[in-house]
Amino acid sequence: MITAELRHLEPHYDVVISGGGPAGMAAAIGARERGAEKVLLIDREAEAGGILWQCIHHGFGLHHFGEELTGPEYAQRYLKQVIDNGIDVLTDTYVYDISPVRRLKLMSGSQGIRTIDAGAVVLAMGARERTRGAIRIPGERPSGVLTAGLAQKFVNMMGLLPGRRVVILGSGDIGLIMARRLTLEGVEVLGVFEIMPYANGLNRNIVQCLHDYDIPLHLSTTVVDIRGRDRVQGVTVAPVSATLKPDMSRAWDIACDTVLLSIGLIPENELSRRIDLRLDPVTSGPVVTSRMQTSANGVFACGNVVHIHDLVDFVSEEATLAGQAAGDYAMFRHLPADNIRLIPGDNVAYCVPHTLSTDREHTVYMRVRKPMEKCTIRFGSAFKTKVKYVFPAEMVNITLMPELLEKFHGDTLRIDVVQR
Amino acid sequence: MLYDVAIVGGGVIGCAIARALSRFHLRIILVEKECEIGFGTSKSNSGIIHAGHHASPGTLKGELEWAGNQMWDALHDELDFGFARNGELMLAMAPDQMATLEHYRRQGAGRGVTGLEIWDGERVRREEPALSATVVAGLHAPTAGVANPYEVCFSLIDNARANGVEILVDSPVAAIACDGDGVFTLSTRQRPVHARFVVNAAGVFADEVARMAGAGGFRIRPRRGEEYLLDKRLKGMVRHIIFPCPTPQSKGILVIPTYDGTLMVGPTAAFIEDKDERTTSAAGSDEIFAAVRRFVPGISERDCIAEFAGLRAVTDDEDFIIGPSAQKGFINCAGIQSPGLTASPAIAERIVAILRDEGLEMTPNPTYQPHIVRRVLFASLGLEDQVRLAAEDSRYGRIGCRCEQISEREIIDAIHAGARTLDGIKFRTRAGMGRCQGGFCSWRSMQLLSSELGIPMTAITKRGGNSWIVCDRDEGDAA
Repeated sequence: MITAELRHLEPHYDVVISGGGPAGMAAAIGARERGAEKVLLIDREAEAGGILWQCIHHGFGLHHFGEELTGPEYAQRYLKQVIDNGIDVLTDTYVYDISPVRRLKLMSGSQGIRTIDAGAVVLAMGARERTRGAIRIPGERPSGVLTAGLAQKFVNMMGLLPGRRVVILGSGDIGLIMARRLTLEGVEVLGVFEIMPYANGLNRNIVQCLHDYDIPLHLSTTVVDIRGRDRVQGVTVAPVSATLKPDMSRAWDIACDTVLLSIGLIPENELSRRIDLRLDPVTSGPVVTSRMQTSANGVFACGNVVHIHDLVDFVSEEATLAGQAAGDYAMFRHLPADNIRLIPGDNVAYCVPHTLSTDREHTVYMRVRKPMEKCTIRFGSAFKTKVKYVFPAEMVNITLMPELLEKFHGDTLRIDVVQR
Repeated sequence: MLYDVAIVGGGVIGCAIARALSRFHLRIILVEKECEIGFGTSKSNSGIIHAGHHASPGTLKGELEWAGNQMWDALHDELDFGFARNGELMLAMAPDQMATLEHYRRQGAGRGVTGLEIWDGERVRREEPALSATVVAGLHAPTAGVANPYEVCFSLIDNARANGVEILVDSPVAAIACDGDGVFTLSTRQRPVHARFVVNAAGVFADEVARMAGAGGFRIRPRRGEEYLLDKRLKGMVRHIIFPCPTPQSKGILVIPTYDGTLMVGPTAAFIEDKDERTTSAAGSDEIFAAVRRFVPGISERDCIAEFAGLRAVTDDEDFIIGPSAQKGFINCAGIQSPGLTASPAIAERIVAILRDEGLEMTPNPTYQPHIVRRVLFASLGLEDQVRLAAEDSRYGRIGCRCEQISEREIIDAIHAGARTLDGIKFRTRAGMGRCQGGFCSWRSMQLLSSELGIPMTAITKRGGNSWIVCDRDEGDAA
């Protein structure tokens, strides 16, 4: 594939995108659509595409392309568009620093260091996985406790197995996908343990990755001890009470050599912190406008760096918008100001974007705190809609038409999800 | 080969002794049970250089704590490990604890500890705004500091090795024999080691090693301490090491701003039976966070990125055992718990003096070089230096660990300096020590270990032994 060379970079680009995963690629194309001429997509790996390369399972693209693709196929389609659009792709390069005037310090793995200036910047660095330390699992500290995504890298990219007998803690989608993947590799997957009374992954993954392979899912159960001096030798699991307290009288031991963790993702915002972007304490991502602009002028963000998505299709959608807005900004087009503020209310953990304008339609992404059936989603008195069920694992997206919003100019809209 | 001195144990004490002895024209070997240096108690240590006023007078601890404290600036200058004197604050949370502060102030002043000062609550909060409004007063000790204990071990041993000391890792001592000529033979997994003098710096196992040589008569009990590391985002929240008023058993649960800026909270203190057990517990975590929140209310479990446990080597009277034993030529250096790290340079000098008294002739090593080659800490350099280095070697420009911003060249340097495992890389470079805990970079560190050492990925371990990381698809037996 065509890549830019660090030493041949221009001193100034209209739009620079940090991170060449699904969000970054869609943003780059969005920026070109709005006439940004010099668009630079930067990725730290040898090829753009991000985490999609290791997601060799299918299930991507149903919403966006209307057909079912694997991760690498989805990446390939976007990459082709990136190249066809004349976007410069700079790989093996790390955006090390960014200044408030959008000067970026780039470090290349083969060509040294240099700085460039950007008319607009799009942050698309994705997310990282929560680790053992984040939930402080008691016990020994042997090898063999690793995140599901790292295990996926070992298996799908490096042809290595993380172990032979695996217990999975947490029911996030990557863990469910890996339960099936490892089973297909001949690894014994002894069970998935989820502390909450409901699964944290998509229902289709529960069915296709666990049920179809007879892998038990233990809800309201967690790992309370990890044993093994050198390598994991076993774990103790215990059911938990409604307050998530383990009931040790009903605990049992499982001999295993590996514990995979699928306990959530955290937006990767180290770069965002360098320019003191306002972050949302719930999402751990930047607070964004309806055009995905952060609290810094000309700095946009999209994808998992803003909030954790469960489907890449919605990442692409959100990132296209961010890229288009970055293109407009870089081309000195006026971005209409947002004038409605959204506030998460009953059973709403967060919503993105954080503000809306009244000039066009918007998609609002949100997550609920707890499952609920037969409920109504209300945006203040502006809009309400009935839904059959909501689930923390499945992002809710609602499209709002401009005519609904017009009379709320200057207002705050509280979003509630309530039982009917 | 007959060595003049064999040191058993490659923790900070063994390494400090090896390095102190390397000033002399001697044949020295250090024998370590683990696959790398510093992998026992020294790795799982609070890293505090105590101010000098904690230990009671009339004890070895009291004598060597303050003596050791004063040696750290010179040591740091020569060996370039992470070290800063950020000072400590011992807090009184109630008026009746004022007497304790005054006791420690007087105890320290009595042995010459400089700068001790009792601050009122207002002054304490002015200096440390994150501290609770309920703090009554604090004893400020500017001589206290923090060091990265594992880095201290690596620097000491790298320098000792450069000055001629041999290292034998992965070699637990199974037996010690002494022949009629006073020559000791240490049986290890790799090869027998013959030496005229043996220094026992075997940490929690020092009693067992002493017994092998007929030089025992003491007991070491492991006292476990759990510690929890918090996200670097909290850097600067607390600047001093924060102590509660100590009890006779423990200095209490502390808030420690490590040299790298990560906050660490702990340790707990509980005797255990098993010298290999390093478990953390839900109870330990609850105890620590409840304790530190009393004086730093803003600290939360949610900021935890890693936890670990370490073992203190505790003798029955809680003091160090340093000196010759019933077996001529066998020197014990045992029971080195807190303030062991602080005292370590002084302990090493004490051992040098004991060996001389015991008849080891010492002439200066003509090629002794006290300074080590300074490591490049790429992330801490200015842009110009970074540009220059990356132009010289492009591997400086490739970030291996993004959380701590460690370049691949630094990881490769660590492997060449002796790192054999993922933990070895982590403790030598910090790669994998940050908030992703190796989720992003461990596969790449493994590739570098594999290519630099010429070993397959399946042979790479977390910390030696059976701590393998990955196995082959077609392999019958994982282990």
